[in-house]
Amino acid sequence: MVNDIAIIGYAQSPSWRRSELTEPQFLFPVISEALDTANVARRDIGFTCAGSCDYLSGQTFAFVMNLEAVGAWPPISESHVEMDGAWALYEAWVRLQHGDIDIALAFGSGKSSPGSTAEIYPLQLDPYTLTPLGVDPVSLAALQARAMLDKGTITEREMAEIAARSRANAADNPYAQVRGKADPDDLLREPYVTVPLRRHDLPPISDGACAVVLATADKARAVAKRPVWIRGFDHRIEAHQPGMRDLTESLSTRQAAKHAGVADGPVDVAEVSATFSHQEKLLREAMGLDDHVAVNPSGGPLAANPVMAVGLARIAEAARAIAERGASRAVAHATSGQCLQQNLVCVLEGE
Amino acid sequence: MSRAAAIVGIGQTRHKKRRDDVSLPGLVREAAQRALDDAELNWTDIDAVVLGKAPDPFEGVMMPELSMADALGAVGKPIMRVHTAGSVGGSTALVATHLVQTGIHERVLTVAYEKQAEGNAQWGLAGGRSGGMGAGGIFAPWMKSYTARSGAPEHIGWMVAVKDRRNAAKNPYAHLKMPDLTIDDVKESPMLWDPIHFHESCPSSDGACAMVVTNEAGAARAPHRPSWVLGTAMRSELGTFPGRDPVRPQAGVECAHAVYEAAGITDPRHQIDIAELYVPFSWYEPMWLEGHDIAAPGEGWRMVESGETQIDGASGMLRFAEAALQVSGRAGEHQVPDANVALGQAYGGAAQYFAMWVVGSSLDAIGHPSR
Repeated sequence: MVNDIAIIGYAQSPSWRRSELTEPQFLFPVISEALDTANVARRDIGFTCAGSCDYLSGQTFAFVMNLEAVGAWPPISESHVEMDGAWALYEAWVRLQHGDIDIALAFGSGKSSPGSTAEIYPLQLDPYTLTPLGVDPVSLAALQARAMLDKGTITEREMAEIAARSRANAADNPYAQVRGKADPDDLLREPYVTVPLRRHDLPPISDGACAVVLATADKARAVAKRPVWIRGFDHRIEAHQPGMRDLTESLSTRQAAKHAGVADGPVDVAEVSATFSHQEKLLREAMGLDDHVAVNPSGGPLAANPVMAVGLARIAEAARAIAERGASRAVAHATSGQCLQQNLVCVLEGE
Repeated sequence: MSRAAAIVGIGQTRHKKRRDDVSLPGLVREAAQRALDDAELNWTDIDAVVLGKAPDPFEGVMMPELSMADALGAVGKPIMRVHTAGSVGGSTALVATHLVQTGIHERVLTVAYEKQAEGNAQWGLAGGRSGGMGAGGIFAPWMKSYTARSGAPEHIGWMVAVKDRRNAAKNPYAHLKMPDLTIDDVKESPMLWDPIHFHESCPSSDGACAMVVTNEAGAARAPHRPSWVLGTAMRSELGTFPGRDPVRPQAGVECAHAVYEAAGITDPRHQIDIAELYVPFSWYEPMWLEGHDIAAPGEGWRMVESGETQIDGASGMLRFAEAALQVSGRAGEHQVPDANVALGQAYGGAAQYFAMWVVGSSLDAIGHPSR
């Protein structure tokens, strides 16, 4: 039905707690590196798609400046989604299906450091019934974790173990922000931030960027040493009101995973946008991943959370697992909204 | 593997200064429901939704596709949110079209909206700071530059304003209807940004527009003549750099050439019956006629003066939707007779983002024997 498209290059910036650089400044070297690893030049790109968020930058039309990092002269064929870069990659993947161009660039970038996430994110909720309550992401995630604990689908120890493993996995990830050895027993002795979440259950606040280069099959075979093939790509959304959803399930992830064909073969690696520790278990179940699947070998969002790039970084890390670390089949997941309202699943395979 | 795509449903809301009668989701739902009704389709017939709007700070809702998912019937489906500045309505329609042309989906609902009365567009454009010059402040010097370069007399801008406002009187959905507006009224209205008078400037409106895009099989089941997509193009360039020509931006020229080539148009002035151009300030009509090579350089204002551009017509997706409405022969009182080929255009940013489509009354509308 769809044409084979491959990831032929990827790059990401380190995840910084606070970067003094502007978004275009830290995007520029990331895009250059992604193109270098893909062995293509800026002029070879047939379509570019960006993902970013005006509200994070605190600047209307913030994404316009990011064109500087692409080098949009002479004029380029380009679009932008006010979504994580993973959806920019989806649009680029759609665009390549036309067959009239052979290379596309997608990137995502965001700076969470300039603002207060607890003040900004309530604006992402229903403006009539939820924004006025000032519900912040941590409170909503805590409600979700509480629901899982009450249902008996997770324990606080499991959450601490997920956090400890993420930090350990991030130990040799040069882009990670939170890393190192942690004993779940020690983590469990820490105080709660918002019951039942402790510091380790929360993602860091990060600035950063990620870029991925796609190519059509012929082009990928011509330029890439180890193309990573997109075998399935789907995304779904569910109801907005948290009260209308069963927060202990991720229905839309389940739907996206089904349509992306996750179950069509064994999965070696999964890179998932579990922004809070308990969500990893939820996503694992929604995608039907068994205990043999290495989840977030990069450390995942608990180690580095550059919003608007973090989902695309999951796809880049899943591609890396195949291209550089011998995995055969990997699944990447991105999310948008609170408590996993919208989810994207991408299935990748090596040759 | 590009397949045919057609517009089979078009809906828009009444556009007003303030739509206090509906919520944000209510506004988009109104347009979307009308598009579905027009296509005689149900919400369950839709495979995916593509939502477009320019900056979130205009209404103060971040990533509104999340809180509008239910109203847009997107639950359980893919939904994307496009934002390419002022060209967003156009590029949103193109993203939806591409989902159909590539065979990924069969029926896609695409919606764009602004509810500017929820906030303050000038404040939003200035990034939440005071003292912003507004869109008019950015564009006015380029209009001055255009008149200096082309020798266009100042009454051209007034003529465009009178024509567009009078045409709008025939459009039941238009915000401003001024059937009796005269050249003197425009000329005497307050100067906002020289050369832009009050009556030459776009209003801030609340409104939404929606379309259903489908494939050939879907078009065959349409209850009326579908509008066929004959070509699409998007182009972007940097907004500021030495040597840039903001009066005739290269991205606009190349976008036009790309869409003409895709549609098989070799003589745009004669092969295109209708151009729905995004003209938020009067002078952009002659500027885009020239900037998209519909008129030769210096000739755009002469086309306006000669009355050749009489009748044409909110923002990006509306331009795309009006183009589709005209070629399906369903534009009502503002229908142009024998409109078979139409260009829909939207632009944004510092006149640096362009989105265009060419739609036709049939797949072979270009060079049709009747023409």
